[in-house]
Amino acid sequence: MVITEKEKAEMLSQLAATNVSHCIQCGRCSANCPVAWKMDVLPHRMVYALLNGEADTLLEANSPWKCLSCFACAQRCPKGVSPAAIMEAVRLTAIRSQGGNKLNPNELENYNDKLPQQALVAAFRKYNK
Amino acid sequence: MQKIGVFVCWCGSNIAGTVDVAAVVEAVKKIPDVAYAVDYKYMCSEEGQKLIKDAVVEYGLDRLVVCSCSPRMHEATFRKCAESIGINPYMVEIANIREQCSWVLKDVAVATEKAIQLAKAAIAKVRFNDPLHPGQSQVVKRALVIGGGIAGIQTALDIADAGYKVDILEKEPTIGGKMAQIDKTFPTLDCSACILTPKMVDAACHENITIHTYSELEAVSGYVGNFDVTIRKKARSVKAEICSGCGICTEKCPARKTPSEFDEGLRNRGAIYIPFAQAIPKVPVIDREACLKFKTGKCGVCSIVCPNKAIDYTQEDELITEKYGAIVLATGFELIDLDKYGELGYGRSKNVITSMQLERLTNAAGPTEGHLVCPATGKEPKSVVIVSCVGSRDTTERGKTYCSKVCCMYNAKHAMYIREKYPNVDVTVFYIDVRTPGKGFDEFQRRAVEEYGVHYVRGQVGKVLSDKDGNLTVFASDLNSGKHLMLNPDLVVLACAVKPAKDARKLASMLTASIDTNDFYVEAHPKLRPVESPTAGIFLSGMCQGPKDIPETVSQAGAAAAKVIGLLAKDKLMTNPCTAKCNEKICSGCLTCTKVCPYGAISGVEKEVITLNGTREKRVVAVVNEALCQGCGACTVACPSASMDLQGFTNKQILAEVDALC
Repeated sequence: MVITEKEKAEMLSQLAATNVSHCIQCGRCSANCPVAWKMDVLPHRMVYALLNGEADTLLEANSPWKCLSCFACAQRCPKGVSPAAIMEAVRLTAIRSQGGNKLNPNELENYNDKLPQQALVAAFRKYNK
Repeated sequence: MQKIGVFVCWCGSNIAGTVDVAAVVEAVKKIPDVAYAVDYKYMCSEEGQKLIKDAVVEYGLDRLVVCSCSPRMHEATFRKCAESIGINPYMVEIANIREQCSWVLKDVAVATEKAIQLAKAAIAKVRFNDPLHPGQSQVVKRALVIGGGIAGIQTALDIADAGYKVDILEKEPTIGGKMAQIDKTFPTLDCSACILTPKMVDAACHENITIHTYSELEAVSGYVGNFDVTIRKKARSVKAEICSGCGICTEKCPARKTPSEFDEGLRNRGAIYIPFAQAIPKVPVIDREACLKFKTGKCGVCSIVCPNKAIDYTQEDELITEKYGAIVLATGFELIDLDKYGELGYGRSKNVITSMQLERLTNAAGPTEGHLVCPATGKEPKSVVIVSCVGSRDTTERGKTYCSKVCCMYNAKHAMYIREKYPNVDVTVFYIDVRTPGKGFDEFQRRAVEEYGVHYVRGQVGKVLSDKDGNLTVFASDLNSGKHLMLNPDLVVLACAVKPAKDARKLASMLTASIDTNDFYVEAHPKLRPVESPTAGIFLSGMCQGPKDIPETVSQAGAAAAKVIGLLAKDKLMTNPCTAKCNEKICSGCLTCTKVCPYGAISGVEKEVITLNGTREKRVVAVVNEALCQGCGACTVACPSASMDLQGFTNKQILAEVDALC
């Protein structure tokens, strides 16, 4: 099954669950981002790309992998948009499209019991389809 | 038998496009007592009104129902039309089939059905309409202007020039407002004080104007044409009538720890102070919270040095009562607090300042006599960054949702000030959009770029960091080039959002004037009645109604003055006869109504009444003062015995409407 770019963008929108139509392209997210200088597509451009349905731009960008998830962009956005959520949506999409389930609940006893519960839950969310 | 005429308006295609008006006419014709029904393209036009008048004569109609737009739009038109043909104007009912029907519905069948229902309800109501007769009230020929900034001064001057008495109420020790603090004004770059102070003097010298400074509104009651106002004139602790304004006391005062409000905290003032040299009145005031004499009982330097012995520590607040015919709100604006914008460094570095502080730093009468210096170092800056939209256009809880309107222009002005006086100083303005609608405005902003070499960068500043030596680093983005910028300016100027003065909400509740979610006063109609509050007799002038610049404020001030003059020129006002009325036969005298009445229009009076069984007895009943009653209907719902009724909207009428619908 071939997924069109538009469909990919819709899935990303659903995952990101942030209203990109509110964005006024002020660039405060990019200006606040501590790692913007390492990104090829700046946070405000990520929002713009999602708004225009350019899923491939989002999925090919290195930005989600540079993102620290510090949420400075979301916290200081004057319109309540969260570029951090888009970064996370891209990461999830990329991870989910690679291989199958990476965590098996039946093999949980093999994991280090010092692993924080939150990390475990997050890992399940990220690495399970 | 009643003879009801029903007139269905097309409103061009506004109604007829969605509602089958012919079907409405046919449906209402079947209702008993409807003697005549017709539709017409524009019922409000002269032709349409003639059609109504002819029908009244031909069919002997005694009550009219007009199915048209909102009663706010044309109720008065059709009432006048009825009156001209000898029908009491209150025998007219409007069925709103435009705003409440055709404009909100798309399906013709549904809209037609709803229009018929609305017409039926109006017909059911009009059966119980009684002729009502408005009373008359006197108009006090005096106006009160609350706020002594440019809006208030201009309104007062225009009213006074027309020959009416005006009082200006100002909470600060001087009139002048924010415009007095500003250095120059856009788009002509003329000196703000040079154009404001003559107006202040005009107001002070005008025989029709009385200025109450350092005063606040204490209480207000009454209604349009007859407001009773109590003003609290706060104690200055200085006898104004003998003070010469020499200012020796302000120089000698040893308590100098209070930041000057007028200089935006860039220097301290004494506990006894005159806000600025051109203040009107030029009489100092003692800030009792800062004064050593009031705090510790020791000191008294001012009274010793005063050559006229004008200092009076025992002075007390004075309450003045006065009657006014109209009240103008001109309470102006202030800048938002920047507490929630910690990332921009305001409060952490003294070299991050607000635009208003920059005005004081470049003003020849300011703390630095107009020399632009960094407040932290006292040195001239080499580069300046100006940040626009700080808190404006921000829908989060941090800021204001609206555009503050004036910042784009004053940013260009500030950039020009700096480049004009200090051509070596680099100025960068960060912006989201440059919004410059206005005569000569865009040309002005372009001059900043083209002639003054100001850098305009499309993008926003994210954060401003200050290191231990006080050096600033600005992180920003340049959206046009897609670059992430890092700058090291010496001074950062934040163009922060404006907001209504903090007293606006309190005043709104005292005057029952409406405010919006941002505390700006709401106008009676955004397009057609922009300088009137929905509350009769209250008018709006300047920034308190919404962000606007000086030329717009002055225009609005003139418009508000014209409306006030129009009101004061009348000898008598017709009062609204749709007031509450108490049925004394069944009123139990519980006086619940007096507690809910927002206008203080109801009082308990002991009188002889005829009871339901026909006997006479003396007891307390509720009595409505028709001059004060605004017809809100709060009493009618609060009354446990249903003895309160609103004329024109009686319980019987409302229930008939409901019955017609169900």
